[in-house]
Amino acid sequence: MRTMAIVKRVFKQMLRDKRTLALMFLAPLLIMTLMYFLFQNNTTQVASLGVHHVDQSVVNVIDTKNVTIHHYDSSQARKMIKQHDLDGYLTQKNGQLTITYSNSDPTSTSLIKASLQSGLVKLKMKTLVTVTKKQRAALESQQAALKKLTAAQTQATVTKLKTAIAQAQARGDQATAEKLQKQLKQATATTSSSTQSAKATSYTTKSHYIYGSSDSTFFENFSPAFLGFFVFFFVFLISGVSLLNERTTGTLSRLLATPIRRSEIIMGYLIGYGGFAIVQTVLTVVFTIVVFKIHLVGSIWLVFLTNLLLALVALTLGIFISTFTNSEFQMIQFIPLIVVPQIFFAGLVPVDGMASWLQAIAHIMPLYYGANALTAVVTKGAGLGDIGVNLLILVGFMVVLTMLNIVGMKRYRKV
Amino acid sequence: MATDYVIAKQVSKHFGHQQVLNQIDLTLPAGMIYGLIGPSGAGKTTLIKSILGMEVVDSGTVKVMDTVMPNRAVMAQVGYMAQSDALYETLTARENLTLFGQLLSVPKIKLAQMIDYAAGLVDLTSQLDKRVSGYSGGMKRRLSLAIALIQDPQLLILDEPTVGIDPELRQQIWTELNKLKDTGKSMLVTTHVMDEAERCDYLMLIRHGIALAEGTPAALKQQYAVDTIEQVFMKAGRMQDANDGNS
Repeated sequence: MRTMAIVKRVFKQMLRDKRTLALMFLAPLLIMTLMYFLFQNNTTQVASLGVHHVDQSVVNVIDTKNVTIHHYDSSQARKMIKQHDLDGYLTQKNGQLTITYSNSDPTSTSLIKASLQSGLVKLKMKTLVTVTKKQRAALESQQAALKKLTAAQTQATVTKLKTAIAQAQARGDQATAEKLQKQLKQATATTSSSTQSAKATSYTTKSHYIYGSSDSTFFENFSPAFLGFFVFFFVFLISGVSLLNERTTGTLSRLLATPIRRSEIIMGYLIGYGGFAIVQTVLTVVFTIVVFKIHLVGSIWLVFLTNLLLALVALTLGIFISTFTNSEFQMIQFIPLIVVPQIFFAGLVPVDGMASWLQAIAHIMPLYYGANALTAVVTKGAGLGDIGVNLLILVGFMVVLTMLNIVGMKRYRKV
Repeated sequence: MATDYVIAKQVSKHFGHQQVLNQIDLTLPAGMIYGLIGPSGAGKTTLIKSILGMEVVDSGTVKVMDTVMPNRAVMAQVGYMAQSDALYETLTARENLTLFGQLLSVPKIKLAQMIDYAAGLVDLTSQLDKRVSGYSGGMKRRLSLAIALIQDPQLLILDEPTVGIDPELRQQIWTELNKLKDTGKSMLVTTHVMDEAERCDYLMLIRHGIALAEGTPAALKQQYAVDTIEQVFMKAGRMQDANDGNS
């Protein structure tokens, strides 16, 4: 009853604060849209490579759609890279190729590296193929000569046999004639034996994707983590600031002068702001799926559930943090401290590859569990059984923080 | 006047090194307006919060309605008006009253009636559906008083209730408080305004956490041989300072 009075109040306050509502509901959509376009075309990057005195055959194979070639008349790589804003410079001295990378953009460096490597491999293959072709030609001419020889031999045998048959038939020796006829057949059969030429097998690749499809982009991979992050960030901020306001305007103290339980206030907050978090989640998830056609492999309900738990953790964390602040400005100061680091552990950087102490940090970040679960559901179709542990840990975070908040309110009223 | 609504005995409280309350005794029977006067920082608000049970006292006991404080349930029987207007500005006055009515478990049928009564008392009936953010300082003060009355409590604790309220309305409010007193309710009022102190049935002068003097306004004036409570207050203060100097 008292909890519901608080919930109603939270709803009314939020619905009247149009700007906060807009921030909560529209800002995530705006950022998601931006991200969609930013991360959509990730393969069109082109690196510029300067070349000097390099064999045309080498240049031809490096010249791919990811690398543009510029020819220059200087062997000073460093100077040319700076002067013409190149990503790399390739020079040749006899058989030695020397490449200098600008390395101001690691992606360009790796593009050139890849093109160069694959180009050189291609070149090697080509020479190999030419050699093989020559060998084949030689082999074929030998074969032809051999064929001619055998043909001539057969011809001789055939004529010899034919005269022998004719002689035998003339003698009336039928048995010998038949025997010779058979030999004749055999002799002619060997010449018509097939001469199959060996054809080179050319390989084609056919790709299958277990998760996602060939047009999976960064956006698709990271959007679940970002979904979780937005909910976390906005709910943290809004709940923290609103309890802070409640404290600084004295309404919290006034509330506590009524028989309301401390837990009823916290529950009221959880339900009230939790409600808005649900709307935000549904809006953002549906938006990304419908507008950006994100491939959702798992259940949408699990996405909602995970996001809701994440929102509740953010809510309790926001309320908890607000106890240590005296103004909105101080609340904002906690964002780079509490919220921003979490995004690094949300799956943008693989946690498995981190130093062990960083991994330990990851495991105290609620967003690590939330984002992992979201990514698993969206891209791999994980079920409740797969992400159950993550969800339980989120519930654990929420319960502990809620307890701390209830105890923390003793500062304002002792019972 | 069968029962005492508030009985505080030997209440002491300190924050850090500062002694805020020093062995205060206070007894508030039914049907009385009890005034607490004293300069800012004298400990009036701390005493009030101790009686409400929002602060825990270091020593001594506080009983409200025969229950040792702090006690959550008893809070429902106390109407409280805080020193600062703690109102939800984005809500209307009616919504503020409704919220606190619900928190104090006022039955739904009775709530609308109580809102009309409390708003009428502080002359806010016509402004009830306006948002508090558009209210003047005086209007907010009156709304705070209305909230204190919402559950029709027997005991009202009012921390500086008439600050920022114009003289005419102040007059009106005191008339109302007296009417409430006649129905058997009691009020514990803190004030700076000396002419308000004169209206109280009983006064306690607090300074530096010490109860300097107490009694009916007439008795106090007689005791200190002066004509106004203001003079009583100043004389008592000087005597306290003189004593501190001696000791």
